[in-house]
Amino acid sequence: MKIKFVDLGFKKATTVIALSVVALVVLLVFSMALRSMPAIRKFGWHFLFTGTWDPVKEIFGALPFIYGTVVSSALALLIAVPVSIGIAVYLAELAPSYIKQPLSFLIELLAAIPSVVYGLWGIFALAPFLRGSIQPFLSKYFGFLPIFQGEFYGVGMLTAGIILSIMIIPTISSISREVFLAVPFSQREAALALGSTRWETIRLAVLGYARPGVLGAVILGLGRALGETMAVTMVIGNRPEISASLFAPSYTMASVIANEFTEATGDLYLSALVEIGLILFFVTLTVNVIARMLIWKVAGNVKGEMRE
Amino acid sequence: MCAAAFLCAFLTLVPLISIFGYVFAKGVASLNLDFFVNMPRPVGEAGGGMSNAIVGTLILIGLSCLWAIPLGIVGGIFLSEFGNNKLGTTVRFTADVLNGVPSIVIGIFAYTVFVLPMKSFSAISGAFALGIIMIPTIMRTTEEMLRMVPRTLREAALALGISQFRTTVSIVLRTALPGILTGILLAIARIAGETAPLLFTAFGNRFWHQSLTQPIAALPLQIFVYAISPFDDWRRQAWAGAFVLIVIIFLISFISRFVIGLHYKSTSSR
Amino acid sequence: MEERVKVSNLNAYFGNARALKGINIAIREKMVTAIIGPSGCGKSTFIRCINRLHEVVPDTKVSGQVLLDGKDIYLPDVDPIEIRRKVGMVFQKPNPFPALSIYDNVAAGLKLNGIKKKDYLDEIVEESLRRAALWDEVKDKINASGVSLSGGQQQRLCIARCLAVKPEVLLFDEPCASLDPISTAKIEELILELKKYYTIVIVTHNMQQAARVSDHTAFFLLGELIEFGKTQDIFTAPKDKKTEDYITGRFG
Repeated sequence: MKIKFVDLGFKKATTVIALSVVALVVLLVFSMALRSMPAIRKFGWHFLFTGTWDPVKEIFGALPFIYGTVVSSALALLIAVPVSIGIAVYLAELAPSYIKQPLSFLIELLAAIPSVVYGLWGIFALAPFLRGSIQPFLSKYFGFLPIFQGEFYGVGMLTAGIILSIMIIPTISSISREVFLAVPFSQREAALALGSTRWETIRLAVLGYARPGVLGAVILGLGRALGETMAVTMVIGNRPEISASLFAPSYTMASVIANEFTEATGDLYLSALVEIGLILFFVTLTVNVIARMLIWKVAGNVKGEMRE
Repeated sequence: MCAAAFLCAFLTLVPLISIFGYVFAKGVASLNLDFFVNMPRPVGEAGGGMSNAIVGTLILIGLSCLWAIPLGIVGGIFLSEFGNNKLGTTVRFTADVLNGVPSIVIGIFAYTVFVLPMKSFSAISGAFALGIIMIPTIMRTTEEMLRMVPRTLREAALALGISQFRTTVSIVLRTALPGILTGILLAIARIAGETAPLLFTAFGNRFWHQSLTQPIAALPLQIFVYAISPFDDWRRQAWAGAFVLIVIIFLISFISRFVIGLHYKSTSSR
Repeated sequence: MEERVKVSNLNAYFGNARALKGINIAIREKMVTAIIGPSGCGKSTFIRCINRLHEVVPDTKVSGQVLLDGKDIYLPDVDPIEIRRKVGMVFQKPNPFPALSIYDNVAAGLKLNGIKKKDYLDEIVEESLRRAALWDEVKDKINASGVSLSGGQQQRLCIARCLAVKPEVLLFDEPCASLDPISTAKIEELILELKKYYTIVIVTHNMQQAARVSDHTAFFLLGELIEFGKTQDIFTAPKDKKTEDYITGRFG
């Protein structure tokens, strides 16, 4: 009888502790919502559409930061998605086995580098390189596009986008690779039996079948890019303005929090920053939930097929 | 098209090599004994080191582990042993959500629940933020590792008249321990380099920390501050710091791989 | 001869599927009772009901009576842990605890129930390993990992682990299914030896094995007990047509 009590207590104790993790997230939302109340009350929905960020006059609008986050993340995806899918295809379908292991290890090393080290490299290596060679080149040949006009600072939207893309490549490529590997072999054989070439087989059987899973991987990468703080803060230039040019300095939601949180003296100022954090939380939450659902769907499909 | 795929794979190695090249070349060139044993000099003065930041990072990691490891492991036990129901799904989903929350947001959270009431930046608020980042990783690896323990092993223990509590703790958990340890090490490797959640919790400190309720220095924070500073000598030290930080993180990852290796050895001979 | 385990009207369920249908059987003391039948007929489920292990699988249910020494083990005031100590079980695949040494594997049932006296444990471990005919092979590496042994040795280690908690009834769930013929012969020899001390129930899909080791045999088919009697009778003069078909190899 005594043992039954121990077992019952064991179950109860683990349940309570597991639930405390749920409580932690609830507390996170609640405490941040509470702190952002002054700003929410004062600005309402205008907060999202106001382009002015003036701590002195206490006018706060998050639009420049939302714009900066969206554009830098989009730019990161634009670069990272094709490259990551290429890597995944190469690692899952083409690479000889003696390259597979070391190469995937090296690419995963990218994920282990701390954000602040990316930032350091961004300031002293990437930004000068972009200012010296890439930006003049883009401006010379594509300068008729507004996105490639303006002065070359080195730091700015373009630099942030590139550094973000490097940071999310390991995420997207490793999940895509797993999704590709989960495609049943019968799919490939069916395509090969139709007389397809190697590339046609990959395109038909593998990419087609794995599309939702790859989309999930991409969205997961997006989630990382949206919330990435240090590297972006160090290279984006931190200017709360909306500019058409990718060469111009910009600002993101995460980096304004990083830069101004400890300096925020007024209650309203701090509240506005917490509200930006809260928006960031809900955006990344939505993005992550969508990504998980997509990945689960593919993984579930594949499992079901194997059981048959 | 196949050639394009090949190109993508090797193109990605360019930034990797560049980053490691810079960190290694600049880091090693700037490293000296001073860096490890001295404290930072006043603003603008050359020399000094990051001894307090290195120790601070170790203290922060230790404090985070203190609460995040037990919570993560017990949560993982719940998920694998009692989690095949709605409650389990909720907890699992929450852990995944938590894993995707940007670390800067977790910093704000720690600020609102620790720094504001205590009216001071502190080591414990930093450890609170870092611990939250560790929990989902530890919880989910614990769950996965426990699930990998064959059911027959649990049944064998139960059939001996061992209580479920002892079965789980002394047989199942013990069998899965190497795998769980790997998860913990990966979580530590992740938080060792975290900067954003420390900006307004641990805050940084140019001196030796006095107590856990006071601001504390951390290596990544120091790298950040020095990197954006206008002084050449500080930038030099930022590279040295980056080098040391990467060495620490890779050492932890390397040990975790070693632990995985041990695990496979012990299970494959089964 | 005394009846040690008496089962009446036993039903077992997985969800809504009924895996055992109204089983009535009496198992006699210090005899070997073999359970035979085609796969999926409920043999394993049946013995897992005798040590209340069926209920640890989620979404399962048991109804009916299982009397151990005249007391129903499914009464609400009975602790399944007490039952499992009296009724030991050896599984289909050898499953020593990989994280524990040979010594700790055998001592696990006692140690994890709070018995810590070193002398006593040493004594029990040696006695159990001797009874399981493993002592001579492992006495010099008692602290090696349990998984370092061969398959047959691992299975005897699992038997020793069972014996250490001093059970009265031993359940064997196809103990030789994953073993080679030589190891199988050793286990069969051991079962005949253990019969002196314990009441034994063995599930097997191997009819020769049932004929070799058992005193009584029960034939199960689709969750029902078709025939139960002296092993000799079952194999030479089965009363039921289905039993005859099965033992002459016409199906299953």
